[in-house]
Amino acid sequence: MTRFNYLFTSTKGLILTAISLVALITAIFNTLSGPMVEWGIRDLTVEWLGMDLNPAERAGRIIMLYHTIAMAIVAIEVYMMTSIVPMRKHEQKNINMLVTVGYMMAMVFGLGFAYWGHNFTFHGLFLVGQSLIFFSGVLLAFALNPWKKEYYVTDKDFAHFKSGMDMERMAFFIMTVAMLISAGFGAVTGSFWANGHETFLAEDLIRDPNKSALQKAIIGHLHIMLTLIAVSITLIVGRWLQFKGIFHKIAMPLMIVGTIIISAGVWSVVWTHLAHTFIYIGSVGVMMSALMLVIFSWNKLIHDNSIELGYENPNIFQKLKALFHDPLKFGATWQMVFMNFTVSGIGIFMAIKLEEIFRVWPAREERITLTGHWHILAAIVATIILMYYADIAGLKGKKRKWFGWIMIIGSDVAFASMTIFSMKRLFVPEEVAQQGLMNTTMLLADFGLGALLVMMAIFLGWKLFDLFNGKGVWTKEAANPELEIERTSDPVFNIRRENEFNSEGGEK
Amino acid sequence: MRKLIYLTFAIALFASCSTDAVINTETKNIETGVNPDAWVVIPAGPFFYNMHADAENIDYDYEMMLTHVTNLQYANYLNDAYAQKLIKIDSGKVIGHHPGDPFDGYLHEWEIPAGDYLHMPFEEAGSHIKFVDGTFIVHKGYHNHPVVMVTWFGAKAYADFYGYRLPNEKEWAKAARGTDERAYPWGDEINSKLVNYGSSSNALQRLFGGAIARTTPVGYFNGNTYGDFETEDNRSPYGLYDMGGNVWQWMGNDYPDVHYRYMRGGSFTNYEYNIFVWARNSAGPDFYNINIGFRCARDIAEIIEVIEIVEIVEE
Repeated sequence: MTRFNYLFTSTKGLILTAISLVALITAIFNTLSGPMVEWGIRDLTVEWLGMDLNPAERAGRIIMLYHTIAMAIVAIEVYMMTSIVPMRKHEQKNINMLVTVGYMMAMVFGLGFAYWGHNFTFHGLFLVGQSLIFFSGVLLAFALNPWKKEYYVTDKDFAHFKSGMDMERMAFFIMTVAMLISAGFGAVTGSFWANGHETFLAEDLIRDPNKSALQKAIIGHLHIMLTLIAVSITLIVGRWLQFKGIFHKIAMPLMIVGTIIISAGVWSVVWTHLAHTFIYIGSVGVMMSALMLVIFSWNKLIHDNSIELGYENPNIFQKLKALFHDPLKFGATWQMVFMNFTVSGIGIFMAIKLEEIFRVWPAREERITLTGHWHILAAIVATIILMYYADIAGLKGKKRKWFGWIMIIGSDVAFASMTIFSMKRLFVPEEVAQQGLMNTTMLLADFGLGALLVMMAIFLGWKLFDLFNGKGVWTKEAANPELEIERTSDPVFNIRRENEFNSEGGEK
Repeated sequence: MRKLIYLTFAIALFASCSTDAVINTETKNIETGVNPDAWVVIPAGPFFYNMHADAENIDYDYEMMLTHVTNLQYANYLNDAYAQKLIKIDSGKVIGHHPGDPFDGYLHEWEIPAGDYLHMPFEEAGSHIKFVDGTFIVHKGYHNHPVVMVTWFGAKAYADFYGYRLPNEKEWAKAARGTDERAYPWGDEINSKLVNYGSSSNALQRLFGGAIARTTPVGYFNGNTYGDFETEDNRSPYGLYDMGGNVWQWMGNDYPDVHYRYMRGGSFTNYEYNIFVWARNSAGPDFYNINIGFRCARDIAEIIEVIEIVEIVEE
């Protein structure tokens, strides 16, 4: 298998390609705002790359930028799903092909349109890319169909209906269908406004008393898409960590019901204020499900690592040591716990104290807190993906520990600092006295993010360097391209599908 | 060695966590040559409004202040209004009567009935106007800086006192943008020589000293050179200074279904996207901050002779 085939057809290679492209975009485009402007870095980037940054089109550029990054993240989750959820080989290939072409077209042509003049052919091709991603989602929903009997669970340790239908597969299916409908919410409103090219950022509408149905749909769209991306990574991490047993049986029904209620709640925001009640109820289901995963995985980590460390009857300190022994597997679920402090907790706190605190602040400060909490959720999902990918890439020993702990500590220090920064008026009401808090939080955020980005750059640099080695790690990954996990369906099926379906797709 | 590094880091963090007010009570006296008492005529006619450049029209001529209202102008007003018993002083705060707002009972809307409301807290850090021996005075060097820490009630009271009004958003936008589709009052580019905003603090801190740069004198960015700092002219097409940056400007609109009052222009704390002529901010009418001030508008037909300004002794 050539390097090209590795990077663009194998699951592990496809994930690496998408992560690398997101890293590249992040590295370039983060030079366009914040302190980079005062340091003159933005001017260098704009001049070097010949960008055209019309101020009136800033909102449109930002929308395009986070859509392109989000599409790549969705693609990564799709690659993981098509590898870990049993499906036919040709289904996996078709889905992966469509989502790959789709996100790359959306990325290249979307950014080309937004940042390098307005070539409307580019805008059209961006929409073609988005459409391909949507179509790959439709195929994914068909492939995940939980009613197909060949995918009924055989291992009764996995959550299942009486008939044997796989509840985890159902959860993946529900999430995918919900995401397709939610994408439609964005597509319809996007089409309506994009025809006149009138863009706006949802966070600029927060205090408008009379939002139109389409404006509410946009706000719902961005919230539910990010939520479903988080649901998806929770399910994926569950498979990675061999989630099963009683906690799996409690978690999956909660996840299914929670996903349905939260999605329906967000869609109903267009029509009713009761939507928020549905969203809270659905969130409880989803978050309780994640809690089950956390409890299961921490118990398992303590058990498995205690054996590895040679503890027969571990005391509390040995248990903690066992829990922290593998920062990648611990970190993936720890980030879910941490998310409650910087995202869910903040969201609930804002909702409860909206009139008493946040609506007393200037709109621009409320806006910072709002945009801050969803940026942090997106970044937490990214760190979990990176932790899983580092495991897939075979990081072991000290490298694994350094990578994992820097990811955890760096991101959490940064996210906690940003949360405090965004709500600084809560801790120091007088703005003239906030400078110390601002200095500290900015310093810690820069320190945390800097450490994380340096570690990521080293990691990706290693993967790039490895590609130049004819006998590098990539050859092993190319020879064994699928994610090695325990699947919920009959493992015999996994062997059977290799025999029954040829490599070009279609039955033999 | 490692312990020393940890200790240094901990001390640095502890020191930077200080919640002491970082604000100067004295600054360099800089004369810009710009007269804050001057007014500018904005002619009737069409213009482009907001980010999407919607076609709008104002069918009357009106006038806008050349600059923000300064600390000296506001202190003079406070002294006159206090002498006429139009305002009161209570626990370090200036308060005054407001006849109340129409209340629609809309979700999140606060009722603002007739009563006394806060105009300005003069004992809080950040205010450059103090009340000493029965007279409002201005911190040394701040006489020509924009007044800050003033609520919407306080801004409206100033305008009412002189027979002016706060501009509505459309009036303000036309005065800032003129008749083309520019992003900033002076054009489509922005840099630290043009405006006091979030990305110019390093340059200004060097000139003004102190731990951090805050406001600049009104009309500071007029093409003059101060020391070795050469400014560029930031006037809008009609000649108004600082329609972007320095401090936010309260608008006069009281929209239905909300109690919020809106602000335009951005401030020294904000990055460029808040300096755009279409950028808005909002807060309750009793909110004040170190980066919020105002300027007035008036109808040309109803120009009232400006009350003679009494020179105030600086602190």
